[in-house]
Amino acid sequence: MSARKFTIAAAIVASALSSTALAQDLVVRGERVYTMAGAAIENGVVVIEDGKIVAVGPEASTEVPEGYEQLSARVVTPGLVDAHTVVGLTGYSNQPDEQDFLETSSPIQPELRAIDAYNPDERLVDWVRGFGVTTLHTGHGTGALISGQTMVVKTVGLTVDDAMVERRAMVAGNLGPGALGNGGKAPGTRPKQIAMLREALLKAQAAPEKKDEKPKRDLQAEVMRDVLAKKLPLMITANRAQDIMGALRLKQEFDLDLVIDGAAEAYLLLDELRDAGVSVILHPTMTRQFGDYANASFTTAAALREAGIPFALQSGYEAYVPKTRVVLWEAGFAVGHGLAFEDALRTVTIDAARIIGVGDRVGSLEPGKDGDIAMFDGDPFEYTTHVTGVVIDGVVVSREAN
Amino acid sequence: MPKIRNLLASACALAAVATPLAAQDTPIVFEGATIMTMAGETIENGALVIEDGKIVAVGTSVDIPSGAERRDVSGMVIMPGIVDTHSHIGGVSGADSSSPIQPEVRAMDSINPRDARIAKARAGGVTTANVMPGSGYLMSGQTFYMKLRDGETIEDIAYLWDDGTVMGGMKMANGTNPIRSTSGFPGTRAKSAALVRTRFVAAQAYCEGNKEKRDLANEALCEVLGGKRIVHFHTHRADDVMTAMRLRDEFGFRMVIQHGLEAYKVADRIAAANTPVSAILVDSPGGKLEAMGASLAAGGILERAGVLTALHSDDGIIDSRLMFRQAGLAVRAGMTREGALRALTVNGARMLGLDDRVGSLEPGKDADFLVLDGDPLSVYTDIRETWVEGEKLFDLSDPEQAIYATGGYGAGEDTMPGEVLDHGGDVLGGGQ
Repeated sequence: MSARKFTIAAAIVASALSSTALAQDLVVRGERVYTMAGAAIENGVVVIEDGKIVAVGPEASTEVPEGYEQLSARVVTPGLVDAHTVVGLTGYSNQPDEQDFLETSSPIQPELRAIDAYNPDERLVDWVRGFGVTTLHTGHGTGALISGQTMVVKTVGLTVDDAMVERRAMVAGNLGPGALGNGGKAPGTRPKQIAMLREALLKAQAAPEKKDEKPKRDLQAEVMRDVLAKKLPLMITANRAQDIMGALRLKQEFDLDLVIDGAAEAYLLLDELRDAGVSVILHPTMTRQFGDYANASFTTAAALREAGIPFALQSGYEAYVPKTRVVLWEAGFAVGHGLAFEDALRTVTIDAARIIGVGDRVGSLEPGKDGDIAMFDGDPFEYTTHVTGVVIDGVVVSREAN
Repeated sequence: MPKIRNLLASACALAAVATPLAAQDTPIVFEGATIMTMAGETIENGALVIEDGKIVAVGTSVDIPSGAERRDVSGMVIMPGIVDTHSHIGGVSGADSSSPIQPEVRAMDSINPRDARIAKARAGGVTTANVMPGSGYLMSGQTFYMKLRDGETIEDIAYLWDDGTVMGGMKMANGTNPIRSTSGFPGTRAKSAALVRTRFVAAQAYCEGNKEKRDLANEALCEVLGGKRIVHFHTHRADDVMTAMRLRDEFGFRMVIQHGLEAYKVADRIAAANTPVSAILVDSPGGKLEAMGASLAAGGILERAGVLTALHSDDGIIDSRLMFRQAGLAVRAGMTREGALRALTVNGARMLGLDDRVGSLEPGKDADFLVLDGDPLSVYTDIRETWVEGEKLFDLSDPEQAIYATGGYGAGEDTMPGEVLDHGGDVLGGGQ
């Protein structure tokens, strides 16, 4: 085989394996198209070429190429973005051998990578995709002081690399009763949690850099240094007011890029959160009001919006039945509790994308962005409406009515 | 203002003590609403008349009793209060871990009538609930049929049998939940069935005897075998559903299939055996092995097969305030709108044996109803008022009560139900 032939063969194999090889040219029409980049378009059209959006506008004034597959729906939105989940790391059968979102051997393990645990073939990935979710911020969960890294993936792909959007999105931390050690292991109290986190950050700050020697690799310190350098946001799950304040103090002391996750009592601290300039990834709006979430309110999403605090919604983590929530429905529930329709849609599209650091690729329908689309046969937030189609990178991945 | 409120409160308390069952003695007419009676066609621009805690008339033209208070509820929807056929509100518990079969244990002895969860359930439209012990036992005890009155004692919120004793069913379970390594507990499904059969055989002997020596467990089982006490059988996998029905057929008790996540797979067999299903639809499959086959389509499949189907909360698995949402999801996946609303109301009343009193808006039935500001299945609709036996016990326009509809500081601490604790509730409560 000549070198040239070999190159072509390799290219064909490579393209067959990568998701872009399947990318299609597609035209999606909507009686109403929510672009999340300006006003909704009546009788709008989205044109996708090679998996990327090339045109969005009213059908009457948008040039639509011939020969492309054409889909249509009552309502078209960007593919939904779940701002925080553990789908792909927590198997739906809930058996111990497929629960990889939490390693409890040590309270601080930032070196744990989400890419080493994600199962793209997990049924829940498929499940949430059927309800319009095209992008997941998933990875290590709550339950440890620093549980590991998160990443951003699309809900497609045979391998994690096929699905990849961002290999390292955030470092996940947790303050409060959910992250206390069992059986006398540290941390046993809230102040111990804060002290341990401060120690870990100080240690990373103080890591020696000798000129002559090749620096000794330390996976933990490398990640923590990236947190200190704001290359990686620290996402701290904190629900009680005192835990949220503890996280804000850490941000101030170490000048961190902090995201508050959970935030069940955020409605008590709206000024503090706004002044700190943090984003919030709010707990599922329908979360059970027990334990750490005892004072959660169905109206917190509306309160955050009114206060002007950037926030997104999430499906979160479920320990039992059901094994995951669906972020579409969490946003719908917020609409039922005072959040305006388009504000709710933002929490699961563009605002979510921005908070997880992929706002340049997904979350809105604009030329140059990924061809990720959700289609509906009515108001997306009504329980009785169906998702009628889902498109990822220009590929129609679901045509069922869900 | 606080003083006046206190005075009013104590006046109400006195009134409640003096006339606990006739607190509402002025007739009230609700006029202009869309009334979904669950006993026939929906009535547009109808009127509902209540008196002494009962419905006296419902229709487009009704007699207005003299001295009646008249309320214009134009644009509103009135429908029966929700009958939740499977709930764990009130911090209920039942059997302990000493043995797998404990029919003598009563849920009523565990429930806290002041549990915040009860007020929250009322804000969610629930007016009757079958409050049950957990499923970690073959038989975890007697369930409690709760009427969500504003009560201070368990008797205040009870349904009573004709003999004045507290009404309820019997909770049983099969599948994986009761299987444990604890001594005396079953290790397999066949052992589960054998233990139950052995116990019923022993009970049959007692019940057919002179019953001179009192035996609490056997007395409760005699009520089960005699058909007075309905068995609420927690079961999921299709083969476990069939096993439950096999036991029912052998011993002749009355039975409701509880959860039955895979009941839809044997819907025709269930329909043929005339067995009601108290179903639950969850947001995703999984969470445990037996839930891997869960389907949102289950409601519609059971309905089309002709199975008497209710939808329940299993609160805290699903919050009691999400019952209409669940009905909406059922419709999304193929249930009829009418069927889904019946599954929240009259169907549940029928399978609990309470349909002579609740579940539909008909003269003579309890004045348990909801006032909603739109389509019950819409995310945009709020429950404005919940009425129980002629008393308005939830009013969204009152900020002190509205908090029960949303949660937040001041909504009170709930008691974690044992059922949730048994299956990861410590995790649910504490984050992970």
